[in-house]
Amino acid sequence: MSEIPAIQTEALTRVYKIRGGKKSDPKELVALKDVNIQVSRSELFGLLGPNGAGKTTLIKVLTTLLAPTAGRACVAGFDVTKEPHEIRARINMVSGGESSGYGLLTVRENLWMFSQFYGIPSKEANRRIKELLEVVGLGDRINTKSSDLSSGLRQKMNIVRGFMTSPEVLFLDEPTLGLDVGAARDVRRFIREWMGESRDRTILLTTHYMVEAEQLCDRVAIINEGRVLACDTPAALKHQLQEAAIFQLQVSPLDGVPPETFEHIRGVRHFTYSPQDGFATLEFILEEEDVLAAVVNQLTAHDIHLQNLEKREPSLEDVFVHLVGMSMEEVERGESN
Amino acid sequence: MQFSWWKERERSLRTSIRSFLTAAWLGWQIESNWTDPFLFAVYSIIKPVAGAAILVVMYGIITQGAFDSPLFAYIYLGNAFYIYVGSVMTGVSWAVIDDREHYKTLKYIYVAPIHAPSYMVGRGVARFLTGTIAVLVTITAGVLFLNLQLDLAAVNWPMFLTALALGVVMLANLGLLLAGVTLMIAHHVWFIGDAVAGALYLFSGAIFPLEVLPNWLRPIGFAMPLTYWLELLRRSMVGHVAASFPTLSKVTDGQLFAILIGLTIIFGLMAILVFRWGEHQARERGLLDMVTNY
Ligand SMILES: Nc1ncnc2c1ncn2[C@@H]1O[C@H](COP(=O)(O)OP(=O)(O)OP(=O)(O)O)[C@@H](O)[C@H]1O
Ligand SMILES: [Mg+2]
Repeated sequence: MSEIPAIQTEALTRVYKIRGGKKSDPKELVALKDVNIQVSRSELFGLLGPNGAGKTTLIKVLTTLLAPTAGRACVAGFDVTKEPHEIRARINMVSGGESSGYGLLTVRENLWMFSQFYGIPSKEANRRIKELLEVVGLGDRINTKSSDLSSGLRQKMNIVRGFMTSPEVLFLDEPTLGLDVGAARDVRRFIREWMGESRDRTILLTTHYMVEAEQLCDRVAIINEGRVLACDTPAALKHQLQEAAIFQLQVSPLDGVPPETFEHIRGVRHFTYSPQDGFATLEFILEEEDVLAAVVNQLTAHDIHLQNLEKREPSLEDVFVHLVGMSMEEVERGESN
Repeated sequence: MQFSWWKERERSLRTSIRSFLTAAWLGWQIESNWTDPFLFAVYSIIKPVAGAAILVVMYGIITQGAFDSPLFAYIYLGNAFYIYVGSVMTGVSWAVIDDREHYKTLKYIYVAPIHAPSYMVGRGVARFLTGTIAVLVTITAGVLFLNLQLDLAAVNWPMFLTALALGVVMLANLGLLLAGVTLMIAHHVWFIGDAVAGALYLFSGAIFPLEVLPNWLRPIGFAMPLTYWLELLRRSMVGHVAASFPTLSKVTDGQLFAILIGLTIIFGLMAILVFRWGEHQARERGLLDMVTNY
């Protein structure tokens, strides 16, 4: 039994048909293209990618909410198209950044109701609800109408809804989106603890926070424009950049020197420029350390003073840049078009 | 093999019951969530009575006050029982819109191991209860203030209750059919339940006999289970009134029941097919978590 992967996709593709407002000819949007991933039982697997990468689409397909256009997807050994009922009995899902729930019911009633769909005896359900609410710090709000909760607290209630049924495979779509720093940290800690309690649990979570992916996940798939570009442990992904050198330079204002000057230096893989009050920060990913000399030469040539220089270890962000050619932020600003 | 087949049946029966009961509980929480008893009174008492009053005034003007005519009881009872159409049929299909757009929970409900048709029908139960209050209030008001001729001792109760029970099943089927259609439609579905209920009001002999309709529209009325259901209710309550209208006078009570049962089964099968098709379409097009942004 245990050899069956918790999640497996083969050439999974999803195309949305977008009906134009005026014209009747539908445009097509490829949200997932030939996705092959395999997540084993007891893994905490992360999907990392910018807005519109296809993360939510993949979760919807795996949770049987959305049909694949082509390819195959299996969860807990069952096919999403042929055996959705088998899958639903074994999974649960939470999406962050939204406030769903029956506002007229109390927190406990909302959660109890969902527990009933899973056939959990009331007494057991109430015990778990109480326990989990304590863990996420909502214990004192158990009898509050959920419409009276702030959106962050509602999200915590939803997180409890997801964990409460002890699913074999749990899907978390940006679970910390919209939470404040402290709450997000609590949720991450809870996710880790929950995974540690049993070997039979699997989580697939999506995020576009690098730190979250790095801290939480056993393995990470980097996804952009519907394609999985790389999939490995965070350490192995960063290992790809082993020989690259990443430098952050604080310099005097560029004063009219075009930033492209630095981008075009041979050996610069990626360059970002952010002007600040009275100084500017330049960040370089260099093919090798020696290229730094050329960078410094350029600074001197334009009479720009180096105020500070720091070498940094590669992060998943750098891996993303390495794979896509620009940062997630740049992708989200639509700089590819 | 057989053993596992039975186990499987038992499991899906449990799932259905669970889905139905939980949905009925939720529906009741929503229906009875009247923070203000005054609002509750407005919705469940004053609104139906006001609806009946408008009808009565119109009737009075058109017939110049012929409130003793059997036509009056015909119209009044037809209108009163039609309240069930708006509450049960519309209530079941409304659950899709309510969960999808208002509470944004439809996707979580679908991700759960539920039996979706049982869930939808369960959501209609509370509407049946509040609908019953409205029907009772309307009929009582008719008897007390409008000289509605109703002799409780003359009512054929077994026939009435059987027809009512069948009708609830029939309306739940229509509601499920409508819910299936609602699942497939992405935009502007808010009014679909009321629109269908309103249209059928004219084609089911609720407030006038089908003979009033042009020839080519009558088949719609004859194909609708509502027509036979309302006729059965009227016959069981005020036999002589029903007899003075020719529409179904040649049909016996037994035949009426047979037709109603037959149409209920046919619409039930259609409802399951349409609902499954609606779910399929919703999954193909990603509509289960769709929210209309106005
Ligand atoms: N129902 C839909 N109809 C048409 N296009 C859609 C639909 N849902 C998503 N898309 C498109 O598919 C692509 C992938 O969207 P998806 O929501 O999966 O991205 P995501 O990685 O979850 O992004 P985010 O970080 O913003 O949540 C996007 O271009 C999006 O606009
Ligand atoms: Mg998303």
